[in-house]
Amino acid sequence: MSTVLWKMGVDEIIKERGKSRETLLPCLKAIQEVSGYVPQEAVSYLRENLDIPSIDIYGVITFYGMLTTKEQGKYVIRLCDSLPCHLNNSEEMVGVIERELRIKSGGTSPDKKFTLEVVPCLGLCDKAPAMMINDKIYENLTEETAKKIIAELRG
Amino acid sequence: MEKILTKNIDKPNSQDIKVYLDGGGYKALEGVLTLKPEEVIDEVKKSRLVGRGGAAFPTGLKWEFTRREKDEPKFIVCNADEGEPGTFKDRVILSNNPHLLLESIIIGGYAIGASQGFIYIRGEYFEEIKRLNKAIEQARAKGYLGENILGSSFSFDIQLYQGAGSYVCGEETTLFESMEGKRGQSRERPPFPAQFGFMGKPTVINNVETLCNVPAIITNGGDWYSRIGSPDSPGPKLYCLSGQVNKPGVYELPMGITLRELVENHGGGVKGELKAVLPGGVSSSLLTDLNVKLDYKGVREAGSMLGSAAVIVINKDTSIVDVAKNTMEFFAHESCGLCTPCREGTRRAKEILTRFANGGGRVEELALLLELGEVMFDAARCGLGQAAMNTTTSAIKLFRDEFEQKVRK
Repeated sequence: MSTVLWKMGVDEIIKERGKSRETLLPCLKAIQEVSGYVPQEAVSYLRENLDIPSIDIYGVITFYGMLTTKEQGKYVIRLCDSLPCHLNNSEEMVGVIERELRIKSGGTSPDKKFTLEVVPCLGLCDKAPAMMINDKIYENLTEETAKKIIAELRG
Repeated sequence: MEKILTKNIDKPNSQDIKVYLDGGGYKALEGVLTLKPEEVIDEVKKSRLVGRGGAAFPTGLKWEFTRREKDEPKFIVCNADEGEPGTFKDRVILSNNPHLLLESIIIGGYAIGASQGFIYIRGEYFEEIKRLNKAIEQARAKGYLGENILGSSFSFDIQLYQGAGSYVCGEETTLFESMEGKRGQSRERPPFPAQFGFMGKPTVINNVETLCNVPAIITNGGDWYSRIGSPDSPGPKLYCLSGQVNKPGVYELPMGITLRELVENHGGGVKGELKAVLPGGVSSSLLTDLNVKLDYKGVREAGSMLGSAAVIVINKDTSIVDVAKNTMEFFAHESCGLCTPCREGTRRAKEILTRFANGGGRVEELALLLELGEVMFDAARCGLGQAAMNTTTSAIKLFRDEFEQKVRK
């Protein structure tokens, strides 16, 4: 099912933006968004359709923080630990969430529900410490609110 | 001071074209279309507007250089990839005033002779991406984008390009590489973007905040603008205040207010007792005196740089060794890995600072870090590596005793 979805998205982008190298990143982003990662078959598909060697495609995927070749959880938690958040206890929040989910930064929970990433600045410095879960913003975190947010998503 | 960049953003639905038009939006563009492109550039030059992304290059000159290039087509790119820790000013505009940005880009495109503009926005700005896409649709529907804009012979469109999580892509030549579908690795300069930018074509690249000054300059004149704020670098400035301060946020103030005014009057004072301030994010050097004028010259003379005006306040309860370590973790993570001074320098510095933070530093490593800072400043390929050690070296110079306390006994 997900294959069909990313293929549709990719075909649409190629149709709109043309078959060129500049189309690669938008395609990869679309695949990541739909599938939660860039599967090997998607790389092959782009190699065929954009005429870019696989090695270059992997080069691009591994460079960018928001692209992965490993399957991510349903909820990708991006927790900021850059200086403005760090000065407002983000390190403590990392610990709280790691303990709650029993995974380390970069890890995905065994039920594939959560991926935790400690990331650089999200531009939410006036609401520090802050995190994003998928496209949703959570600000001024405390141990209590962080635990509550995780519990709610866990269902 | 009347707000220029954050005008009307408190109005409900300020991101909607209707609200923007009610506030006089797109009037500057209408005026521009009756002028010659050279006249638009002259007005921007007269305003003495300089780039707000950090490099402070005169905007009018950049436009003029690009206009004069013979090669076609030309492009205008808006850099909305703000990623310097402590910087969240462009987000305020992207989110609340996207039409101000679109109008500004269209004017820029007209001035330099481009028919295609791009906005490169960081991938984590999900809501802002949605709002910009919506704004572009609205502008097309009203005829501010597309063929023969407002019945003129000028045709222009804007495409949104999303980043994918990389700080270094905010560096202008790296941003072009990223737009071209490559890894984010900087290019050698020269040639500069005015000659060789996106797809090797003459390109103007301006920061969001820089561009958004242009409609007011067109409406009120460059001379009017040049009298706002600091005589050295006029105009309003969006200051981003964060860290250990009571009222963090983005403040639009005349360029050149003092750090003290910003922190104490607008920011409600330091949370706790002041230790130091980073005036331009983690790429800048620490300051301990608040009597510094926050314009490019004032901060430079105080020994740091204003950069994107990411003012991060640090109080006395904070370990400066921990601050240095945190900044170096950031740079080690974000270094693109292409040049050795930056790739190896950021990693080694991070390792040394981690040892210090854990009480296992060696005293001779302090001299080593200072030397590494000089080497990276001289030898790194782009601004990331050149500035990566600023916070650390200034921390060692200002708070050496804190590092010495962390030396292995």
